[in-house]
Amino acid sequence: MSRPANNKRLTPLGALGVFCGLAGAAIGYQANAQDFTIENATVAMGDGSEPMEGATVIVRGGKIVSVGTGAASTGGERIDGTGMWVTPGLVASVTSLGLWDVGAVSESNDTAARESPFSAALDAAPIVNPNSQHILVHRAAGITRAATVTMPSASIFGGQGAIIDLGADANPVTRSRAFQIVTLGEIGARLSGGSRASAHVLFRNALREATKLGEDSRIPGMSSRPPEQGLGDDVPIDPRLAGEDNERAGDVLLSRFDAAALVPVVRGEQPLYVMVERASDIRSVLALKREFADLDLVLVGASEGWLVAQDIAAAGVPVIADGLDDLPQNFEELAATQSNIGRMVKAGVKVAINASAMENPRNLNQYAGNLVALSRIPGADGLTWGQAFATITSVPAEISGLTGRAGTLGTGASGDVVMWDGDPLEVGSMPVRVFIDGIEQPLDNHQSRLKERYRDLDESDLPKGYDW
Amino acid sequence: MKLGSLIAGLSALALTACASTGDEPRPRTNAAMTADGHAPYASTYERYPGRPTALVGATVYDGRGGQIENGTVLFRDGEIVQIGDASLSTDGYDRIDGTGKFVTPGVIDIHSHLGDYPTPSVDAHADGNEATSPMTPEVWAEHSVWPQDPGFTRALANGGITALQILPGSANLTGGRSVTLKNVSARTVQGMKFPGAPYGMKMACGENPKRVYGGRGRMPSTRMGNFAVNRQMWLDAQAYDGEKRDLGKETLKGVLDGEILIHNHCYRADEMALVMDMAKEMGYKVTAFHHAVEAYKIGDLLRENDVCSAIWADWYGFKMEAYDGILENAAFLREAGACVIIHSDDANGIQRLNQEAAKAQAAGRRVGIDVPDAEVVGWFTYNAAKAMGIAEMTGSLEPGKMADVVLWNGDPLSVYTRPEKVWIDGALMYDALDRKRRPVSDFELGQPGEGDVK
Repeated sequence: MSRPANNKRLTPLGALGVFCGLAGAAIGYQANAQDFTIENATVAMGDGSEPMEGATVIVRGGKIVSVGTGAASTGGERIDGTGMWVTPGLVASVTSLGLWDVGAVSESNDTAARESPFSAALDAAPIVNPNSQHILVHRAAGITRAATVTMPSASIFGGQGAIIDLGADANPVTRSRAFQIVTLGEIGARLSGGSRASAHVLFRNALREATKLGEDSRIPGMSSRPPEQGLGDDVPIDPRLAGEDNERAGDVLLSRFDAAALVPVVRGEQPLYVMVERASDIRSVLALKREFADLDLVLVGASEGWLVAQDIAAAGVPVIADGLDDLPQNFEELAATQSNIGRMVKAGVKVAINASAMENPRNLNQYAGNLVALSRIPGADGLTWGQAFATITSVPAEISGLTGRAGTLGTGASGDVVMWDGDPLEVGSMPVRVFIDGIEQPLDNHQSRLKERYRDLDESDLPKGYDW
Repeated sequence: MKLGSLIAGLSALALTACASTGDEPRPRTNAAMTADGHAPYASTYERYPGRPTALVGATVYDGRGGQIENGTVLFRDGEIVQIGDASLSTDGYDRIDGTGKFVTPGVIDIHSHLGDYPTPSVDAHADGNEATSPMTPEVWAEHSVWPQDPGFTRALANGGITALQILPGSANLTGGRSVTLKNVSARTVQGMKFPGAPYGMKMACGENPKRVYGGRGRMPSTRMGNFAVNRQMWLDAQAYDGEKRDLGKETLKGVLDGEILIHNHCYRADEMALVMDMAKEMGYKVTAFHHAVEAYKIGDLLRENDVCSAIWADWYGFKMEAYDGILENAAFLREAGACVIIHSDDANGIQRLNQEAAKAQAAGRRVGIDVPDAEVVGWFTYNAAKAMGIAEMTGSLEPGKMADVVLWNGDPLSVYTRPEKVWIDGALMYDALDRKRRPVSDFELGQPGEGDVK
């Protein structure tokens, strides 16, 4: 853990040692968590409720202690929140944060492994780079947790995603191998040889091979869901990669590692994110539960979800949906509309806004704000402010397995707190202070340094190269 | 005669006159024309009927920095008649109460690929890059535009877009002619062409051309190759005598004659500086750099050379030359006195140019650069019109200009605001409160969600 070097607001290290011993429920590294109280702010809980004014947020030992309008300061730094908004940090799902530097510079880009012999076995956790500028930039934009994953490219399976925090420390991973991702629909059809029919057969074959391997190799239960990481360099080795090399039938399609990686999927121990758009494809995915009863499904994309919203709701499957897609981008999104999320929420579906369906995940709050705007357009279906904010905080946190612990300011949640200079859903609002697990975060990055250098173009004394 | 056809007629007349009098020192070979002396593929757009309309009680941004509280905007017969305060007489006009709402000129996107990269984005629709040669000044974007692109309808309803420039892509150093359209539903591209708008020509520097052609083992494969190919192209164009028609040279000659405007895709500051020097060397002018993520590093040069920067609010990092994108780009340019335009280059982004401008404005405010709302509105209206050569006709709410107008249901610089009504040449082409007053593309008829609010 490297502390923000130049921040006088931080309390001395020694005073914080008491928190190091907190029980394992804590998310992330707690050593430098500070106690603070933000007073008289407009506070949004992230749980779907509307914001409250003049509220106080108390954080101690890296966790939310209380939020309310009557709470008094109980020690630690007192922060005046007048004119500010205070919220839980935003939760971005699905992203590739930490897996690339420059999109078109292939050497710097680990988001897809097109030539790899492996697919489902790919694991994002060991390759997340917490120094990536995109993590720094998005931290400064108020995103504190994210799901990050390699995308399907060599096969319909993309690999195992990690839940990360965006803190300025060496330990980005909150939970490794948190989910598996698969693409069906048009992309899945292409990756599997040219037809959705092939994608479905490949998918079923993969799960059956995984079932068999899990039984034959006695892969233990919950092998994919290691405990959340605590201190430092303890990302555990995937036990499936070290298991016995049992003999398998001669006609298997999956490598042993890929098959092993799907064992927890078929057992429902690891959520399966299914990228799919078309209404009929969504129905086919929901029907998979009849063959593989334990699957823990999450839909990703779902541009035509509103057409089958009742079915999705009845299946209890959450959706990470493209927020503002409203064009027939391809033939599986003919019914795309910005009202998609509003209509699914109305039908009782749990919906998060998909961070990968926008130019940058830092536009999540703008997308959520647009869904509020829709509520004023006749014939459209939007969200209330509280509902919209939940689609980028508590709901993606719940889908990420962090219910009650991220994306909310509920008591006991991690101290992921953002102070904003205005309504966080309004374009142009930005964080002024960001805390992750109660630790104040630096907000500087490559962009902020460029901003400082080029605030003027004066080179009368020295070239710009000396201005740093 | 309707305004639209009048302007088209005058434009064709002007071109005919130039070609026949022979007064010009250089042959006017850029003016391709039909056998009877008309501009080919001429606009057939004529404005649709509209009611004399008075928008009253709203906050009015005129697009040129002016703001009127409780303002009145009068338009009839396709033209803005007058704008002013509540004292303006509205006799003879249908009054629309804009209390609590805002009025701006129609939104204009200077950089769009609607129609030449339409949705659905299937290979059969990929008509924006003639990527078979690094120089294709002979192609015209209008010959690729599919008027049934559903994107036009979204740009109208969600973005308040009334005019837009469709450009060829950036695979080539010289991509070809652009076309400026009215955002009206039409059966033909001619039915959308903005009457009297000058042509533009798309150029691109940097990574794209050298990647596309270098990857095929041909020139250019480097930035220096980019410049060499460009410079030779201009030298050849200068030598063109027009004796034998050459489509590409006609376009380049039009640029050298100042009649076709250069829209140059360029990210890096140092490269933009080189391009401006190439323009001086070869005798043409760059009207606008597009994307221009590093424009903030050379705001002074851009001001001195009178070149606009058409930019996103926050795109960055997707390729090496976009690595230094910052949120303050627009604000720093404005601080340096350079021209700012917010553009989309995107079928989704075009639906939110107002929000993108608001993000750029807010970034400026955080570093102490306060750009008034009324000026920010100009970033997606008047400044775009100016760089597209249509500012005499649209882009601001001034008497005699086309009545291209958006009534917003709130502050257009807020995320919570949407267009409520959009007029093009005084005709109501979108009304959020009237389900049928929105266009539906042929492609979407009979499909799930036909006529949905989208």
